Amino acid sequence: MAGHPSTYEPQYAATRWLDQRLPVIRMGADFMTFPSPRNLNYWWTFGGILSLCLVSQIITGIILAMHYVPHVDMAFDSVQRIRRDVPFGWLLQPMHAVGASMFFLAVYVHMFRGLYYGSYKAPRELLWILGCVIYLVMMATAFLGYTLPWGQMSFWGATVITGFFGAVPVVGESLQQWLLGGYSVDNATLNRFFALHYLLPFVIAGVVGLHIWALHHVGQNNPIGVTPKTKTDTLAFHPFYTVKDAFALCIFLLIFAYFIFYQPDALGHSDNYIPADPLKTPAHIVPEWYFLPFYAILRAVPDKLAGILLMFAAIVVLFVLPWLDTSKVRSMRFRPVARPFFFVFIFFCFILGWCGAGNPDDVAVPIGKGLTFKVLSQISTAYYFAYFLIILPILGMTEKAKERPVSITKSVLGDHAAAPAE
Amino acid sequence: MKLTINKIALALSAFAVLASTSVFGVSYAAGAKSEYKMEHVHWHFNGPRGSYDRAAVQRGYQVYREICSACHALDYLSFRHLGDKGGPYYDKAYKNPNDNPYVKAFAADWTIKDIDSETGDVIERPGTPADKFPSIFDNDAAARASNGGALPPDLSVIVAARGGGADYVYNLLTAYGLDAPKDLKLTGGLYYNPVMEGGAIAMAPPLADELIEYAPIEVNDHGTIKTIPAPVATVEQMAKDVTEFLAWSADPKMEQRKSLGFATMIYLLILSVLLYFSYKAVWRDVEH
Ligand code: HEC
Ligand code: HEM
Repeated sequence: MAGHPSTYEPQYAATRWLDQRLPVIRMGADFMTFPSPRNLNYWWTFGGILSLCLVSQIITGIILAMHYVPHVDMAFDSVQRIRRDVPFGWLLQPMHAVGASMFFLAVYVHMFRGLYYGSYKAPRELLWILGCVIYLVMMATAFLGYTLPWGQMSFWGATVITGFFGAVPVVGESLQQWLLGGYSVDNATLNRFFALHYLLPFVIAGVVGLHIWALHHVGQNNPIGVTPKTKTDTLAFHPFYTVKDAFALCIFLLIFAYFIFYQPDALGHSDNYIPADPLKTPAHIVPEWYFLPFYAILRAVPDKLAGILLMFAAIVVLFVLPWLDTSKVRSMRFRPVARPFFFVFIFFCFILGWCGAGNPDDVAVPIGKGLTFKVLSQISTAYYFAYFLIILPILGMTEKAKERPVSITKSVLGDHAAAPAE
Repeated sequence: MKLTINKIALALSAFAVLASTSVFGVSYAAGAKSEYKMEHVHWHFNGPRGSYDRAAVQRGYQVYREICSACHALDYLSFRHLGDKGGPYYDKAYKNPNDNPYVKAFAADWTIKDIDSETGDVIERPGTPADKFPSIFDNDAAARASNGGALPPDLSVIVAARGGGADYVYNLLTAYGLDAPKDLKLTGGLYYNPVMEGGAIAMAPPLADELIEYAPIEVNDHGTIKTIPAPVATVEQMAKDVTEFLAWSADPKMEQRKSLGFATMIYLLILSVLLYFSYKAVWRDVEH
């Protein structure tokens, strides 16, 4: 936190020498003593979990890249070779593929946490925006990575997504050709996608650095959203949160391991075990589960360009959210009206995911003449935007918040607030 | 009042979670309008501790070799894979599958096209364990020409490449001979098969009772040689066996993965317990 005094004392001549020239040990030590609110719950462990996901994706990815061949005739085969013949390839390949899903699972929890506890509000606007940048680059990375195995879904997913750019007025067609490096998804596309897929994770790592820098500058938010004021409001990061994060991480790894070892294909699509065939369109082209809500928004409107704009707008609103939510109260715990709206928002996010997997014209809910996925995604899309553009701005001005505790210490200890805590 | 709104919202969210996760429930196309019910087989490899039924995989290889290999290739398999750890002919005595006599014999049973390094002529020679399973047709056009325009897909990953997995392949092979729905037009060379998307398949029923004759199988069960008598080669038996073989071929490292997985889960479970108590100990005197 700004003004967190450094307590690090170099013990040896060598560390003193280093400290005067490049205080990296001091930086690490200050990281460990960083005052964290004492009331953080498990939702706050996902930042650490995400850091591990990123490291795991980069390490497994680099090893896979040593064996992968980015060529339309060999890419699919090379992945099979990795799974069959490369030592421990059978472990690394699912670790990377399942890892992408787990990464998104964690990032969604992390983001909903931020939405619920108002972590995007002053002074954390930039911290939140950096998070949104990370999310955007993550989506690009995942999309590029999914093309690499060159299965049917890889190929047709890439064709559909790059097709969006063709819908841009005037420059669309040339933009699309520029992206693809040709008239259609082909070897040039695969090569550049591989190059970019290798690059972007390091961009993410850089932005994560800024994200954590910003976090350490403004300090962590907490479940009651009341800024820490006194020493008893906070605890040192180590050992209190290192041990709590480690426990949560271990549980996360259990779920991760379950998928890697027992259900490595459950989160993927079987069509991606069919080598890409530009002449044969699969019956249903569906993206990976973590893109389904956006896919539903895209298909909610009949016009292609409008759909694309809407899909991008769904992410853009996240960037400007700090200024859309006019309430000064951070945590939903003290916002009796906004809170149920928030849960309905989550509800519709899942419904959007469901719609993204369904056929637009199929009946989703058999009420009345039958509610189709298309209509359902229109309703959900409307709520998604209304939540950010209407509900939050208005509630901020009209809602009467519940009384908030004076301090974190008081909220934890109640009347014993005077008792000093370690 | 407010509380109930919250409760309703929560319940709705919970419903949404369930609804959207049901997306992952396998739904595969059994010819949309047909009455056909997929039969779920209790595969030996199902479940967290499941392994391949070695004898079935071996018989399955025989079915593939004697029947399916007339049309279908195994693009991602080499002969040596048959003798790999987890493979049907793995033998502890031959850590290097290239030395495994079974593998050598199976490889030699195939003819491989090669180039004579002296003359540059195209020659044919018997296979060796290091060779890949050869393609069956010279090219896709030739494959189509021999199969009424349809392309017999590679079978080495077919179990992974179909929504229903092993059940799909088993049902596909056994669901021939039913009466086609009246609105289904079967043009020449197409057969009714309710498991196939659309209900029509260009593959003639590949199996018929006692089309092949199984040989008894010797398996090394912890040092003692056990002989498994040959079952009667019914359509169901052959379909089961070849599917078991194809399941192995699609995921040959499954046994290794599951056994490492078991150790990993136990390790993580113990670590979680230890970390939980560490957490309790560190936070013992801190109210939060
Ligand atoms: C006479 C040639 C021939 C033989 C022998 C043959 N098949 Fe086929 N098979 C085909 C053709 C042709 C297709 C493509 C069918 C189509 O696309 O309609 C096919 C398709 C398949 C499919 C894919 C169906 C789908 O979902 O797309 C499977 C699985 C399959 N065969 C399994 C087998 C097995 C197992 C055997 C051995 C028991 C076998 N086949 C023997 C010609 C053959
Ligand atoms: C690679 C992905 C990411 C990594 C590694 C990461 C890492 C972290 C870490 C370590 C923390 C502190 C611990 C915690 O509060 O959980 C944190 C906090 C935060 N992150 Fe992220 N993050 C990532 C993505 C995102 C995204 C996509 C968003 C939002 C769009 C986001 C928004 C925030 C916010 C607002 C905080 C402060 C939370 C608070 O103090 O209440 N992060 N992040």
